[in-house]
Amino acid sequence: MNILYFLIGCSVIMALFFLGAFFWALKDGQHDDVHTPAVRILFDDDKPEEAE
Amino acid sequence: MIIVTKRADYHHAGPDRDVGYLKFTYIMKTSDISTNTLCYHCGDDIASDLFVSDDKQFCCAGCKGVYEVLSQNNLCNYYVYNQAPGQTKQYVEQHFDFLNEPAIFSKLVDYTDEKITLVTFYIPAIHCSSCLWLLEHLHKINPAVVQSRVDFLKKQAEITFDHNKVSLKELVEMLVSIGYEPLISLQDIVKEKKNSVNRDLIRKIAVSGFCLGNVMLFSFPEYLGISSLEAQFQSLFGWLNLGMGAVVTFYCSQDFFTSAWGSLKNKVINLDTPLALIVAVLFLRSAFEIISGSGPGFSDTLTGLVFLLLMGRWVKQRTYNHISFNRDYRSYFPVAVTLLDENGVEKPVPINDLEVGSRILVRNNEIVPADSILMKGDGCFDFSFVTGESEPKTKVLGEIIYAGGRQIGEAVEMEVVKPVSQSYLTRLWNNEAFQRNESKIKNFNDTIAQYFSAVVIVIAAGSMGYWSFMGDTNRAWDAFSAVLIVACPCVLALSTPLTLSTILGIFDKNGFYLKNTDVVEQLARVDSMVFDKTGTISCPEAVDLSFTGDLDVYEETLVGSVARNSSHPLSREIVKWLGLGSVFKTEGYKEIVGKGVSAYVDGHEVIMGSRAFVVPESDINHSSSVVHIRIDDEYKGFFKINQKWRESLKELINSLKSDYRMHVISGDHSAERKSLSTVFPEYVPMLFKQSPHDKLQYIKKLQGDQNIVMMLGDGLNDAGALRQSDLGVAVTDNINNFTPGSDAILKGSAMGKMPQFIHQAKMAIKIIKFSFVIASIYNLIGVYFAIQGTLSPLTAAILMPMSTITIITITNLANRYFARKNNLR
Repeated sequence: MNILYFLIGCSVIMALFFLGAFFWALKDGQHDDVHTPAVRILFDDDKPEEAE
Repeated sequence: MIIVTKRADYHHAGPDRDVGYLKFTYIMKTSDISTNTLCYHCGDDIASDLFVSDDKQFCCAGCKGVYEVLSQNNLCNYYVYNQAPGQTKQYVEQHFDFLNEPAIFSKLVDYTDEKITLVTFYIPAIHCSSCLWLLEHLHKINPAVVQSRVDFLKKQAEITFDHNKVSLKELVEMLVSIGYEPLISLQDIVKEKKNSVNRDLIRKIAVSGFCLGNVMLFSFPEYLGISSLEAQFQSLFGWLNLGMGAVVTFYCSQDFFTSAWGSLKNKVINLDTPLALIVAVLFLRSAFEIISGSGPGFSDTLTGLVFLLLMGRWVKQRTYNHISFNRDYRSYFPVAVTLLDENGVEKPVPINDLEVGSRILVRNNEIVPADSILMKGDGCFDFSFVTGESEPKTKVLGEIIYAGGRQIGEAVEMEVVKPVSQSYLTRLWNNEAFQRNESKIKNFNDTIAQYFSAVVIVIAAGSMGYWSFMGDTNRAWDAFSAVLIVACPCVLALSTPLTLSTILGIFDKNGFYLKNTDVVEQLARVDSMVFDKTGTISCPEAVDLSFTGDLDVYEETLVGSVARNSSHPLSREIVKWLGLGSVFKTEGYKEIVGKGVSAYVDGHEVIMGSRAFVVPESDINHSSSVVHIRIDDEYKGFFKINQKWRESLKELINSLKSDYRMHVISGDHSAERKSLSTVFPEYVPMLFKQSPHDKLQYIKKLQGDQNIVMMLGDGLNDAGALRQSDLGVAVTDNINNFTPGSDAILKGSAMGKMPQFIHQAKMAIKIIKFSFVIASIYNLIGVYFAIQGTLSPLTAAILMPMSTITIITITNLANRYFARKNNLR
């Protein structure tokens, strides 16, 4: 059962890692505008200009 | 073309009003024009097929112009993503020369170096995905644009451009040419809002959510029962939980402690006071249990509670609108004015650089920035927004013109007599009588928090007293802390913001924008309503044209042929009113801003416009809201624009009159009294010729008689009254216009929904009270265990989320139900 100490340690460290990732995203401004990117991704790429 | 009488009535809503993209409501002949064709650009009805490009029909020259710019630049995808994504372009002559002034340039841009400049614009016209697409493809129109990013909800575009290839002025002109004019004002809304996202709160929510998840995980063995084999983990889990609890208490709950401490210092109790007490008790008791090894502690309840409370705060702070409620007179004024030096050379300068004695040039439709003397030109000023008078005033040379008036007609030269900061308008705004700091009535939450806290403390102390009397000291402390924990008013802290912010969202979709959630409660309490006349119950932009005179079909065609060349709103309305099928070619078309238009059509000279322009020598009744017509040398008559009440006004008054005391108050003369009395019930007091100060005093008087007053107004002249009232509502047809400081902004078109709004607000208060009752039932169950000193952490951990989930479900369902019942989307 002592392995549990190790596993708990791992799980907390992993969770902290994700929390850190969230902070990073927050600092980068990913949460400032949560609407526009969702719309933007739906635009088609421009068709390449036809060669004349 | 037509004349363009820049009529004050037409614009009198305010300075920026024609900067926006208004849609006109018209009555008149629309039924005759039963055409199904809609403008390819903006989707408006097309009165006649006069504007065609690439087989596409347009309603006006403006729309057609935008289409042509886009098609030349291969940007027709704009029309693919949405049907008719454009907005009717408003004809306004604009001068952006001031953008080339280094002083103004540096104020507006976010960043600049030798190569690139970064600027953020607030663009009110952004409304659909096509807008987004187009604005992010600006580089196709002008390759000097390096990048443009749109923030859709905030209606902002962040544009990076190479200032060596394109100037800021050219950039703005390009945006204007495609129908996306940025709103540039002295008070830069964009900059003020930049830091409004509450990252700190989001970070705290993330941390408390993290702690909650982990604490739950570590508490599970405890819930399921720990066998002797696993007992060794018990203290490990306990300490881990305590650590997380400490983080939540000392980091995430800071705001509650600060707020509670602040209110205690002022000798009042707000809702945060009991919340802070509970967080503290939970943490102290958990620490005590874990350190002494006597129990598992309440870290799960603690973290869960704080997480939910923070969510409640976030919901409350989340804004549903991007409207600035903090605009003051600075956003009314232009950013720059045109200064004339001794040699008569024009130079744009920032408004603050104006000095006494400066010579300035005020063009048609521009606002007088400071009290000045009229030196040259025909002055005709529209003060409707400042004083409430709907008729523009003609001024003679040498007269003092107060700041805030809008010049109608030719450009005039003026000499500044008072700096901007001391002008009439600024002083009006800064008048102490207009400043009001004390908060409006206490909200339900804070009121109930006092009683709630008192009751809880009495119960807690009572049970502690009982158990100490019985000689069981341990139990006494257990019971005391358990009562405090379980009788948590967290439901209030959650259900209120949830309910009210849902209401805010519903209102927002319907064109009623509230400053914050407290306004909803205020709306439910109102018992008196005061209406301003000009711009509030009269509709500044409604066009109700009527023609007096004689025009045969041939002459109508002549007039229409000229009118269609102009993109001025009145010209457009006249074209629609005429409903022509065919037109003649025009020659020698001339348009004189603020006066009118003239052209030769089919051998006839057609002149349309103001009286002075069309028939200078005659003594025809001078009323400026009129477009006169002359064909060759014969005067044909005039189009008149009638003042019109808002469409829904009558129904609105009818549905409100049984429940509310109403008053009408106006800065204008009493000419409309008769027509108003057909709308309002007889008993309604109507006051005319009221100064801003009179209005404020009137509201005060009503409040003195124990009325809770809602004021609906629009102009600066209402600013004081709006602030004084218990609920000040600024009515506007274009929400991006400047509105005086108020608690709510109501779109003119949504005014008819006011009874539904009020009903919905009342329902919201009922929902909150109901959820409070439900929560109290859960609390009573908890207290039953708590006073016996037998509250286990498990019971607490189950009861709290249970009550929360019940409340969230109830408020959500009830809100939706009532919104549907009230026909609010």
